[in-house]
Parts: sequence; structure tokens; C-alpha cells
Amino acid sequence: MKKNHYSRRTLLKGAAAAGIASAFPAPMIWAQDIKDITLRQFGTGVSNLNEVAQKVKEDLGFTLQMTALDSDAVTQRAATQPDSFDIADIEYWICKKVWPTGNLQAMDTSKIKNYDKIVGIFRSGKLTPESTIAQGTAPHTVGFTSGPGGTDFVAEESGWMTLIPTIYNADTLGIRPDLIGRPIESWTELLNPEFKGKASILDISSIGIMDAAMVCEAMGEIKYGDKGNMTREEIDKTMAIFTEAKKSGQFRAFWKTFDESVNLMASGEVVIQSMWSPAITAVKSRGIPCVYQPLKEGYRSWGGGIGLSKNLEGVALEAAYEYINWYLSGWVGGFLMRQGYYSAVPETSKEFMSADEWGYWFEGKEAQGDITNPFGEKLAGAGDKRDGGSFYDRMGAVACWNSVMDENQYMVRKWNEFIAA
Amino acid sequence: MDRLLKSPNVTGWLLASPLALVLAAFLVLPIVMIVIVSFWTATEFSIVPAFSFENYDFLLGSPVTYSVFLNTFKYAAITWAVTLVLGFTVAYFLAFHVRSQAWQTALFLLCTIPFWTSNIIRMISWIPFLGRNGIANSTLISWGVIDQPLEWLLFSDFSVILAFVHLYTLFMVVPIFNTMMRIDRSLLEAASDAGASGFQTLWNVILPLTKPGIMIGSIFVITLVMGDFITVRFMSGSQAANVGRLISNDIALLQYPSAAATAVVLLITVLITISALLRLVDIRKEL
Repeated sequence: MKKNHYSRRTLLKGAAAAGIASAFPAPMIWAQDIKDITLRQFGTGVSNLNEVAQKVKEDLGFTLQMTALDSDAVTQRAATQPDSFDIADIEYWICKKVWPTGNLQAMDTSKIKNYDKIVGIFRSGKLTPESTIAQGTAPHTVGFTSGPGGTDFVAEESGWMTLIPTIYNADTLGIRPDLIGRPIESWTELLNPEFKGKASILDISSIGIMDAAMVCEAMGEIKYGDKGNMTREEIDKTMAIFTEAKKSGQFRAFWKTFDESVNLMASGEVVIQSMWSPAITAVKSRGIPCVYQPLKEGYRSWGGGIGLSKNLEGVALEAAYEYINWYLSGWVGGFLMRQGYYSAVPETSKEFMSADEWGYWFEGKEAQGDITNPFGEKLAGAGDKRDGGSFYDRMGAVACWNSVMDENQYMVRKWNEFIAA
Repeated sequence: MDRLLKSPNVTGWLLASPLALVLAAFLVLPIVMIVIVSFWTATEFSIVPAFSFENYDFLLGSPVTYSVFLNTFKYAAITWAVTLVLGFTVAYFLAFHVRSQAWQTALFLLCTIPFWTSNIIRMISWIPFLGRNGIANSTLISWGVIDQPLEWLLFSDFSVILAFVHLYTLFMVVPIFNTMMRIDRSLLEAASDAGASGFQTLWNVILPLTKPGIMIGSIFVITLVMGDFITVRFMSGSQAANVGRLISNDIALLQYPSAAATAVVLLITVLITISALLRLVDIRKEL
């Protein structure tokens, strides 16, 4: 065996050695040890970017292997293959399915340096002290557990987090203003016969049904108790309205992956559809007009975070905490916010963004010059404003969070019927 | 002991055992597992190994299942018919019209060129072609054939079947070509000498003799189409479903037992279809 080369297993076994290493201030030894570590992270394509892995290698010295999957595959992997990853980058609504399996370990908030700066949504559920909590699986309801080894969720800040929040956004419909040619203000427009054969929604049932619910409620057809936790009757009614629309040819296609939604919109197959923020920027960066349309009924929101595999221990676990602290320290936040997402700790991201970028993305101000995405493609020019305005305007208008319902299995079956209809 | 080992019975068993073991481990065992799991139940995050008919109850009691199976058969039947006609024609041309063997080989290789790229790429390349503003529509409009883009070209049953035909015709060409090449040419001469027309030769001599090839090709195409879910998803824009998609949806949502039940029903259906085909032709005799 080469000098200074440890296999991962010996490193894991050396938890005691790691304890000693962290007890004594010996950064050189630490740096030697940590650079041989490889952490395997998986998650959706949204935040599993190679740029992040590269920056981790530069800043922290260890290797981060990224695997990007779609939401369904992420759920499957987290729930069924706990040995195949060290870090799970998953969404809060998925957490409700994955956490009870015990495949992830609770995280000690006292080790998170910027914990106090994490926005209120993920801690108390409230963006500002006055705001009301939206329907659905709000992140703070699945954000805390009772302690190490816990497979439950607790309502208050217990000091033990299930996921460390990293990224979130308020989703709405994307439109092609050049092909529609009039203002769009309500979710009802998705089923407007004017767009027959030119509308789309996403074929991920848990999210798709929420969009459907936003539409049905806006139409005044259904009044939901909680859109994020529907009764069987509410599911039936919602799917009936959408099945009828599908049979009469309202939809052009459904999409399941990011790329599909971009292609549908960019090619003009679809002029109005549920969409994700970076998909809008991807369409825009091809020079095609596309708007992330704020609607009067509000947004459907989601949040993502980082979870640690229960198998992580010793030096590798220390490295993972190091990574989380680095994640929240601003560079990634700036990277994500330049794509239209929000960072869980916005104030640290500010240091990694120009004043103009911060004004455009966070404060909803007019851009002073060109606004580019992290890859250097132009998204907006001087005088442009972000769709939906400032952080507080957008996140303050969330109507519901992506969720897992009590009647999830029933909903899935109904969704299959809808697809087969 | 020595005598026992030398007995032809024992040698036979021993010779067959490696294959039998491989098949048992990688074919029989997984299928047995699927059948067992199909009787279990599942929640969001766990599979409960308790014997239950719930999955089959739901599957066989739901009208969706029947419409989806019907859809699967529809795709299989239409694709089969089109690939058969195309495959037979191409194979006939290669086997009887191309005289030199070098040309035969060259043209046959030409047929396989599309297979140098992956299935998905070949399928997806149809999307920009058939789209609302795609090449097909803009060409037709510029020729003055139509004045509105044809909506049914893409994200429809048409595009699904088009992709299936594109993907699977070769599986029909190869076995038919193979059997055609084995036909004794003197039979064709005899038919001609006996005064048969070209069509009569085709119908009474060539077609019966190529039956095994047709049957093998049909089995390929039908099983491939019935199990395929990705083509249906992409080409119908997720708007149509076949059995494969039901299974993949279930798996995606961690409903493994329910997926297993659907898989068992699909397996039985495919086996019945194939055994019906095999009754029409005794492949072992014909080969």
C-alpha cells in the first residue's frame, strides 16, 4: 500500500482515529486524510452539477461523485439502495417516502455553522413572522426528527434535521408570449380551449396532480380542504376534469424530464405548460421568448435538501459535514440563484453575486446590465425584471407545497387511469 | 461408478447441466421471484411479504387494465402486419432479385446501418422531423399539399407505430432472408417449368417455405413491441399507455408487488400468443 493511501474501509473503521484527529488541531493530517475520500452523491439534475463537484475538489480537496436522476429514480434509489450513496440530494416531499425507511441519518444542527441564517420556511415554516403556512408538505413539517436514529418527524426545531435545506423555488406555468399574444393571469388558462392541442403538464403524478388542483380550484370547480392532502372524492373530481380535457384533445404531450419540457416549449409544440424555472431559462438562452408567468392564485412550491446515508461514519461523515457547511457558505447558493432558484441561506450567496445580479434575482429590481446564467449565456438585458418580482413577493405567494398524500396509492392509480384514458 | 458415468443417459444429463444451471439461476429463479412478489403488498416505503390477492384483484378488476392490454395488442398487431409486409418484401428482393453474393452482403449490411446508433436516438430523431414545425410539415406546406400543420403526425398512435416499424423491421428481415436463402432454387425452376406465374410461385412455393422465418421474425417483433414502454412514452408524448408503461409507472412509484403482478399477466399473455403462433408452424420440423 502506498504511503498516505487508505482504502475507504480502513478510513471508515478509523472513526476513533478521526476523533483524535479532530480533537487535536492538526490541519495537515486532516487535509491528508480527507483528500482520499470519495463521497457519492445523487439527486435530480436540478442541483447535481459537475461544476459543484469541481469546486468541492478545489475548495475542500475531496472527491464528490455526482449522479443525476429523475425524481422517481431518486426516490427509488434512496428507499431501496442505501449502500449505493453517501449523500442524497432529495426533495422534501420525497423525504416523506424515504425517511421512514431509516436509510438516512439525522443531522446535528449544532455542527451546521450557518444554521441560524437558514430562511424561516425550513425552520418554523414561516417566511416572515406574519406569513401563513401554505398547504401541502411544507418543508419544516418533514425537516426535523426526534434524534439520532429517529424515523419520525417532529413539528418543532429539535436540533436534528432530516435534510439540510439547500434549494427551493416557487413554480408556476411557463408560456410562450409570442405565440399567445395576450396577458395570462390565472391557472385556468391551462384548460382554456383556446390552447387546445398546445398545452402540457408533467407526468410525475405527485406534482402533476398539484398543478391540476391549482387549475380546478382556480376554475371554481372544486374547493379543496388541502390540495396537498386530498380526499378520494377530491382526487376523483380533479382527475375527471383533466381526463375530459385530455379526451377532447387539450394536451399536446406530457413531459417527464427537464429536457422534454424545454423541447416542447422551444419547438412551439406547446405554448402553455407546467414548467421549472431553469427550463424557462434554457428556452430563453436559445433566444426564444418564454415567461415564467406569475398567476393570481399563487405558486406551487418545492424545496430540496441534502441527506446523509446511515452508513456514513468516521472521517467520511466529518467530510460530509464539511461539505454541507461549504454548501451553505455561499458559492453554490450564488450558482443556483443565477439559474433562478433560491438558496437556503440567501445572505451568504450575496457575497458571491454582483450587486446587479443580487438586485435582479433576489430583490426583483431592474437589471442594470446583462444578466447571465452560471454558464455565461445571456438571460436578460438592462431594464429587464425577474418574472414575479422579489424573493418575498414570490415565496410569499406560495399556495401549496409539493407533497405526498395519505391517499397517495389511490391517487397514483387514478393518475394511471388518466394516462391510459 | 465408471459404468454409471459412461452410460449415455448420465453423460447427456451432465452435458446439459451447465446450460440448465445458467437458465435456472438467471431465468427461472427471477421469474419465480416475480411471481412470489406479485402476491405481496406494499406501502410507500416498504414491501410486506404477506400473501394477498390484492394486486390481481385490482389489476383484473380495473377497466384501465383491459383498455391498456387492448392498446398493447393493437400496437403489436399493426406493427406486426406492417413489419411483415416490409420485411418480406425486402428479404425477397435481397434473396431473389440481387444476383451477386457480394451485392447481397453489401445491401444486407446497409439494412443494419441504422442499428449502429442506439434505439433511443433513432426514435427521438423522429420528433423534430414530425413536429408541428418539423421538416415533414414544412415540406408539405411548401408543396401546397396542406395549409395547416398536421397535428397527428407526432404524439399520436401514428408516430408510435412508425417508430416501432422503424425500430423492429430488421428483426423481420433477417430470419426471413435466412430461410429464403435456403430454398432450393431448382424448386423455383420446376415451378416455372410447370407453368406457374410469378405470383403463383410466390404464393405456393416461396411463402410456405419461408414460414419458419416469418414465425421467428413474428415472435421477435411481437414480444419486443409488447414489452416496449419507452417508445410508447416518447412517441405518444406520454399520452398513451401500454402494459410496459403500467409496469414502469408502478416501479417508479415503488409499487413493486403491483408491477410484478402486471408483469406476470403480461408474461402469460405473451406466452399464449407465442404458443398460438407455434401451433401454426412446427419450427423444429421446418428448420
